[in-house]
Amino acid sequence: MIDMALWIALALFCAAVVLNFYRAVVGPSLPDRILAVDTMYMNSIALIVLFGIWVDNKDYFEAALLIAMLGFVSTIAVCKYLLRGDIIE
Amino acid sequence: MLNTVIEGVIAFMLVAGGAFAFIGSLGLTHLKDFYMRLHGPSKTTTLGVGCTLIGSLIYFSQEDGPIVQELLITIFAFITAPVSAHMLAKSALHHKLKPDPRTRGNPVELESEKPKHTIEEAPQGDSPLP
Repeated sequence: MIDMALWIALALFCAAVVLNFYRAVVGPSLPDRILAVDTMYMNSIALIVLFGIWVDNKDYFEAALLIAMLGFVSTIAVCKYLLRGDIIE
Repeated sequence: MLNTVIEGVIAFMLVAGGAFAFIGSLGLTHLKDFYMRLHGPSKTTTLGVGCTLIGSLIYFSQEDGPIVQELLITIFAFITAPVSAHMLAKSALHHKLKPDPRTRGNPVELESEKPKHTIEEAPQGDSPLP
């Protein structure tokens, strides 16, 4: 049962990443692209966790935690740059 | 028996997480303007990733006792998603992105910068602006 659910979830997350990539390429404005990349790293966290279930190894969650923290910080940094023209004032 | 129930819960969590994330990304692709598109990822994708991580947590807790490290990512995602959505909305307002006509609300930041008074009827006071 878990195998079947794993395949369905992997397919859905891959489709989600493809849609995010479309928005990141097409997106008419700069905040759109940032939002698309932000969503893409959230989906990649889930992909890494699903891969960890697939190979039955729970060490992969540390990579997911790293991606979560660095992605949040980079999103905030780029938004700050758009808002103020400077990151650390 | 119990194993079957736990497997069913894990499978449900994984499929629900995938469905939520897919719906969020579909909203990101389909909706009309940025202020609508901000809704999909900031709420739905966070819930999808949270569901997947809870499924993974139950899966790895089966063998040797409960583990809670994966809950860290869930809590972190649920804390940081509103903050990044707020910053993105602020930068969109700063860039004065045009809203769709059907988007409700009329924030002050998007109004065009016409002076409210002409010079003749400027309010008398200590305001430096006419």
